[in-house]
Amino acid sequence: MTYKIKRDAMEKPFALDVDTDSICQPPSSSTLLIDRTFRMFARLGVFVVLALVVALVLEIGVKAIPGIQKYGLDMLTGTVWDVGQQQFGILPAIWGTLYSSLIALLIGGFFGISMAIFLTQDFLPARLAAVFRTIVELLAAIPSVVYGLWGIFVVIPFIRPLTDVLNESFGWIPFFSSTLSGPGLLPAALVLAIMILPTIAAVSQDALRSVPLKTKQAAYGMGATHWEAILKVMVPTAATGIFGSLVLGLGRALGETMALAMLVGNSNQISLSLFAPANTLAALLALNFPEAGPNEIGVLMYAALVLMVITLMVNILGSMMIMYAQRGVKA
Amino acid sequence: MKVQIGVVGAILTLASLAALPVQAQSNTESLVLSGAGATFPAPLYKAWIAAYRKVEPGTIIKYAEVGSGEGVKRFLANTVDFGASDAAMTDAQIATAQHGAVMVPVTAGMVALAYNLPGLNGLLKLDRNTYAAILLGKITRWNDARIQATNPGLNLPDREILLAVRQDSSGTTFVLSNHLSTASPEWHDGPGTGKLVRWPRNAMFARGNEGVSSLVQRSVGSIGYVEYNFAKRLDLKVAHLENKEGSFVAPSERIGVATLAANIGRIPADMRAYIPDPVGADSYPLVSFTWLLLKEHYSDKIKGGALKRFITWSLQEGQNFSGELGYIRLPAEVAKRSNEALARVHTSP
Repeated sequence: MTYKIKRDAMEKPFALDVDTDSICQPPSSSTLLIDRTFRMFARLGVFVVLALVVALVLEIGVKAIPGIQKYGLDMLTGTVWDVGQQQFGILPAIWGTLYSSLIALLIGGFFGISMAIFLTQDFLPARLAAVFRTIVELLAAIPSVVYGLWGIFVVIPFIRPLTDVLNESFGWIPFFSSTLSGPGLLPAALVLAIMILPTIAAVSQDALRSVPLKTKQAAYGMGATHWEAILKVMVPTAATGIFGSLVLGLGRALGETMALAMLVGNSNQISLSLFAPANTLAALLALNFPEAGPNEIGVLMYAALVLMVITLMVNILGSMMIMYAQRGVKA
Repeated sequence: MKVQIGVVGAILTLASLAALPVQAQSNTESLVLSGAGATFPAPLYKAWIAAYRKVEPGTIIKYAEVGSGEGVKRFLANTVDFGASDAAMTDAQIATAQHGAVMVPVTAGMVALAYNLPGLNGLLKLDRNTYAAILLGKITRWNDARIQATNPGLNLPDREILLAVRQDSSGTTFVLSNHLSTASPEWHDGPGTGKLVRWPRNAMFARGNEGVSSLVQRSVGSIGYVEYNFAKRLDLKVAHLENKEGSFVAPSERIGVATLAANIGRIPADMRAYIPDPVGADSYPLVSFTWLLLKEHYSDKIKGGALKRFITWSLQEGQNFSGELGYIRLPAEVAKRSNEALARVHTSP
């Protein structure tokens, strides 16, 4: 087809409007059929996805009703989880979820964005950058069980001596106020940071790469140095996408279950200490579901709903920040 | 290698989080008997099942280690052919059993307090008040004067104590809490006795005996309670505990047999009792029978017959596996009563 157009144009450059061998024709019935079918399927796909989300929320919501009615807001503020006495408090789990995710976001965000800048802003030959990019993206393909094992066998033994020194010398700082036994908040957050790194790096790279070349050239044209161009022009222009990557990363961190269940220690305490064992909502759910009775199911569904609401709020907050940032950039 | 085994065990436990009750299936070729319950005797049951394949190759026995609470639940829901529990069923539970319930003690074991303190120049000895206080969360550091008092020569570290405890409803928890309720008034008025009890805030939760033992193994400064075999398998150090007579005893095969022998007279006829605080200078304080839960009436004659043959075998040849795996051989007196209980199981359609 393309070849034909080119040939026609070359042979008869001024005779294109003459209808000798026109390639224009009304869509055939088969084209129409394909078009309609495709549109139908696309629409169906959208509806199925939406219906799934609604069904999921409804299912969890409905099953959570007994738990909400029975325990109400007390569950959100309670700190004791005692199945024997039917006392359920998920504040430590909420705290642990937010605390571990935020630390992971700080670490993963810093390294992810740095990596994105490093790989897109002409620090490396294009081919080498592509290799690095692939390696980072491979991190996303590692199953979370493997991350958990790696955390147990590599991260914990590696950081334990360091944490002991920190605890001995700076034990008066609340963050270092306990000894790291093994599982704990810091190893969990470190592994989580590596898990969300590929997401943040990949999306930030796309954002940085989609900044028009002209913008950068203009910055250089005005006499900006390499770093000025990156930090004052490129990154702010790509801020929307970078924010987006952070929100996505945080979303993943909040919901991550397996690696955290293995690393966080599953201990219902609220502590500022990075070295103390903690708990997260996802780990709590995973550990408690297998033998939950009818009453516990309601409670666990309530906890699942809380996790969903937290994730949703993070996403909404993120979107609002993006919108705000966009407005800032435009103005 | 042992490290790997422990952690892989923990992973498998996590992976089986969503495991559904194993349904019994039978076809013409081979007979499948399925059971579920306590993790405490699971290594012994697995050894029995493997050995029994040679005795009766046509019978396949499956055992899911899901914890005593879940085992009783599945037995009462009739989703398994037999259940297993370290805590005997209550009368109320027995009353709800559709086809009746017969409890057969098949082995006994000791609950060890396993700890992880690398570089400690000796074995830990804990007196009754101290281990109760540790498990109550009243003693929070290893170099506490109360621990040092019974361990004068030990270089106890200035570390926090973390407890490794059971998340799931557990017979091992029951054995421990039952003993502590007898030995410590403070425990009696606090957490009390049960398959699920309230733990202090320095407790880390894990599922199953293998989960707790691997948690202890990878957490420096932790102490947890597991069936002796699990501590032995992972080479964990276990504490010497002060018994009723005031001597410090660590679990071992010899001690286990001595404990049962010294307390045989205190086991009532219905076999449902525990020995919350054994007497005898050589007795280990945390000891328990563990039960198989059978229906009084099996409508499937072939299945019921095969199950009875397996348990009869377990009560004789099976007992030879006990010592090596860290369990206690049933005293002849108890084995006799177990066989009597087994005789109550009917298999007519």
